[in-house]
Amino acid sequence: MSRNPQLDSSGRLAHLLSIEGLPRETLVHVLDTARSFVSVTERDIKKVPLLRGKSVFNLFFEPSTRTRTTFEIAAKRLSADVINLNVGSSSQSKGETLLDTIANLSAMHADMFVVRHSQSGAPNLIARHVGPNIHVINAGDGRHAHPTQALLDMFTIRHYKHDFPGLRVAIVGDILHSRVARSQIHALTTLGVAEVRVIAPATLLPAAVTRLGVQVFTDMAKGLKDVDVVIMLRLQNERMSGELLPSAQEYFKNYGLSPEKLAHADSQAIVMHPGPMNRGVEIDSSVADGTQSVILPQVTFGIAVRMAVMSILAGQS
Amino acid sequence: MTTPFPDTEKLLNTLIEGIRGNIKPDTGIIGIHTGGVWVAERLHAALGSKVPMGTIDIAFYRDDYGRRGLHGDVKPSDIPFDVNDRDIILVDDVLYTGRTIRAAMNELFDYGRPGCVMLAALVDRGGRQLPIEPRFVGAQVSVPDEELVSLRRDDSGALHLSTEPRPTAHDQS
Amino acid sequence: MKTHIAGGRLVDPASGRDERADIFIDGSEIAAIGKAPAKFRAERTIDAQGLVVCPGLVDVAARLREPGLEYRATLESEAAAAAAGGVTSLACPPDTDPPLDEPGLVEMLKYRARNLNLVQVYPIGALTHALQGSKLTEMAELAEAGCVAFSQGDAPLPDPQMLLRCMQYAVTLGYSVWLRPQEISLSRGGVAHDGEVATRLGLQAVPAVAETIAVSTILLLARQTGARVHLCRLSGAESVDMVREAKASGLPVSCDISANHLHLTDIDIGDFDSEYNLVPPLRSSRDRDALRAGLADGTIDAICSDHTPVDDDAKQLPFAEAAAGATGLELLLPLTLKWADEAGIALVQALSCLTSAPARLLGIPAGSIVAGARADLCVYDPSQSWLVDATRFRSQGHNTPFAGYELRGRVLYTLLGGHIVYE
Repeated sequence: MSRNPQLDSSGRLAHLLSIEGLPRETLVHVLDTARSFVSVTERDIKKVPLLRGKSVFNLFFEPSTRTRTTFEIAAKRLSADVINLNVGSSSQSKGETLLDTIANLSAMHADMFVVRHSQSGAPNLIARHVGPNIHVINAGDGRHAHPTQALLDMFTIRHYKHDFPGLRVAIVGDILHSRVARSQIHALTTLGVAEVRVIAPATLLPAAVTRLGVQVFTDMAKGLKDVDVVIMLRLQNERMSGELLPSAQEYFKNYGLSPEKLAHADSQAIVMHPGPMNRGVEIDSSVADGTQSVILPQVTFGIAVRMAVMSILAGQS
Repeated sequence: MTTPFPDTEKLLNTLIEGIRGNIKPDTGIIGIHTGGVWVAERLHAALGSKVPMGTIDIAFYRDDYGRRGLHGDVKPSDIPFDVNDRDIILVDDVLYTGRTIRAAMNELFDYGRPGCVMLAALVDRGGRQLPIEPRFVGAQVSVPDEELVSLRRDDSGALHLSTEPRPTAHDQS
Repeated sequence: MKTHIAGGRLVDPASGRDERADIFIDGSEIAAIGKAPAKFRAERTIDAQGLVVCPGLVDVAARLREPGLEYRATLESEAAAAAAGGVTSLACPPDTDPPLDEPGLVEMLKYRARNLNLVQVYPIGALTHALQGSKLTEMAELAEAGCVAFSQGDAPLPDPQMLLRCMQYAVTLGYSVWLRPQEISLSRGGVAHDGEVATRLGLQAVPAVAETIAVSTILLLARQTGARVHLCRLSGAESVDMVREAKASGLPVSCDISANHLHLTDIDIGDFDSEYNLVPPLRSSRDRDALRAGLADGTIDAICSDHTPVDDDAKQLPFAEAAAGATGLELLLPLTLKWADEAGIALVQALSCLTSAPARLLGIPAGSIVAGARADLCVYDPSQSWLVDATRFRSQGHNTPFAGYELRGRVLYTLLGGHIVYE
């Protein structure tokens, strides 16, 4: 019952389903490997032959152009063949079950599945049913996890802050519905930062969240005091329509990152956002485009981190 | 148990003198991680090269990735000069099967089209599995198949070659 | 047919008996206990040395999936599962398709069960028409057809005004109302207990207060109307406390829990294993311990299987999309024995939760061994251990959270009205 679903029988990483359950050494190994891939993305020929002949299937049951494109670029830079399946428009709507879809694709010699799904645990179910030497990467499942996003966020933090001990990190926004926040919390606590703070109104906080190793703040000024890293989460439109929050305006007033609020943080604090941003809702444009913002570099690092994840997994066959 | 080699510093000098006089002012020196980088650093300093030194990590170009995966510490490759039309000296510590050099050349050609590529090896132990030949060599030494040749660098920066029994997993040289 | 069950340990919670005694069966009745009746010549003798002989189990909640859900299970397979589990009487909830809100459906069900002659089926009728919660059903007609109580099954409770009317109508005719306490607005879409596990797994959660608010509403309405109310499948510690208080104040309320919740907690969900997707959701270990304590002190009256066979495809889905429920008729006895062992509960008290108490709740003549009563008996080996392998179940449902568990207590003979229906 407690076998780690991400590890194969020899204890090597076979799938990337969540940050939770991965030891610190594995996270650091991904970050170190990603650093080498950054230098690949900076030269003229941005390709290496590691995944030549391998087929990577992007299975996006929940649409997302950004994330899917990043994975596609990463896979192609590893010389893999990429097939994109927007499953909403094909077999799923014909009533084919999730596992039947996987079985059919496996029969087409897929080596790797990158899966995004609206239900928590869907990639875990897939990983339980794929053959040996087929790897599953979770590109985001329901509210559960978005491990590659957390890894690129950690890479970004390490790039600008050099190491994790001693850092105070604040995550602001809809923690309740956020798979990104959960993965970031697990990564930050595993890598040993000094403090992880979540800042949100009570309607956007999940039960027992302190058990994940975070401190809860409902007052943003207090929560941001002296922090070194501010991570802003996207607030989706449907959350602002009255049941959880009265309006976007009131949310921005209390929980949006304005220059005044940012001033509570350390003067050298970096501002991050997993994207896409809702300017004027969770973050002011002047902050998003300001000197402390590292939001664009996050995107570049995202490709290198995903190349690292794919090549580490594919090398475990 | 390690066996001492012919004096490593002597081999280095032989290599350096072999290259001196056969190198143009704009020749680029590129060391292959990790032992090749140490040797290249000594060559680069001794030859007074004005072109900054490059380093290559072949992890992403190895031919045994399918079997062994990404191994250990991958270091970034860094070639701080334009490769196109330039003479390049690729430097490795021990030349054996030739597969490392094959991987390094594949990677090098992803940076551009060199004028020519010459290979400098501190030790050539024979046992080639690919058609690769060094231009500059410190020494040719015959080593039994069951033994590995490796380069160490001590705290003072001095280099030492030695042999030791091969571990059970097959190693690529 | 004259049958002699010899040398067994007779445990009959209704009479408090726990002693070595033979049982003599003549036709469909128990002829005598202890000493053979005059001129009794057994045609079949069962050697019960080392075995326990108890009343056939009475399961207050087992879904047979007929009518309408035959792709999940049929009466044939599930009645056989009951017999294999030592269950001789069971009550089935009304949430079939269509629901049991028409006397004709109830009659057909009883007729089919009678013909199979593997288990006595006591349907629980729909409380409202189509279980929609807005119109009363013809309770008198349904009772005449064979319904022993009225319930919404797993369908949502009616709003308080309608629930009040249902109770008033039921109490007028003398029927009991069986309700699973779950407040709909707090639990809509939720699939896991609102705690650390749901937060880590990112599953939509059901707060404990969804159950306690409903328990509170039901108890207040019961007090007002005088209705006999039974609370089905309690899951939370606070609910147990509220029932304890209500009973102490003299309210005629009863309750049951499922054998699943007797043992499992939300931590068992593990890696999104949908075998642990149950209704109500598995709660914390603190809640489970409160359920056990409630059984031990009599606050909770009965343990049921909550038998809910589900086809394999419906479980092979992401957790929140999978069909909820577990098969359980064949595990009811060993799971109860496991609790009794772990909690140090005397066998006669533990078996009362499966025999005399549920029979009393349903108001049926079952659950006891006494001369003149129907010979519904279960003979089991208390020492035999076995591995739970769902593919070997008689039930068509292979969905169990106990797969791979080693349990003690194996049913060897089940007798229904004197016939051996399982061995």
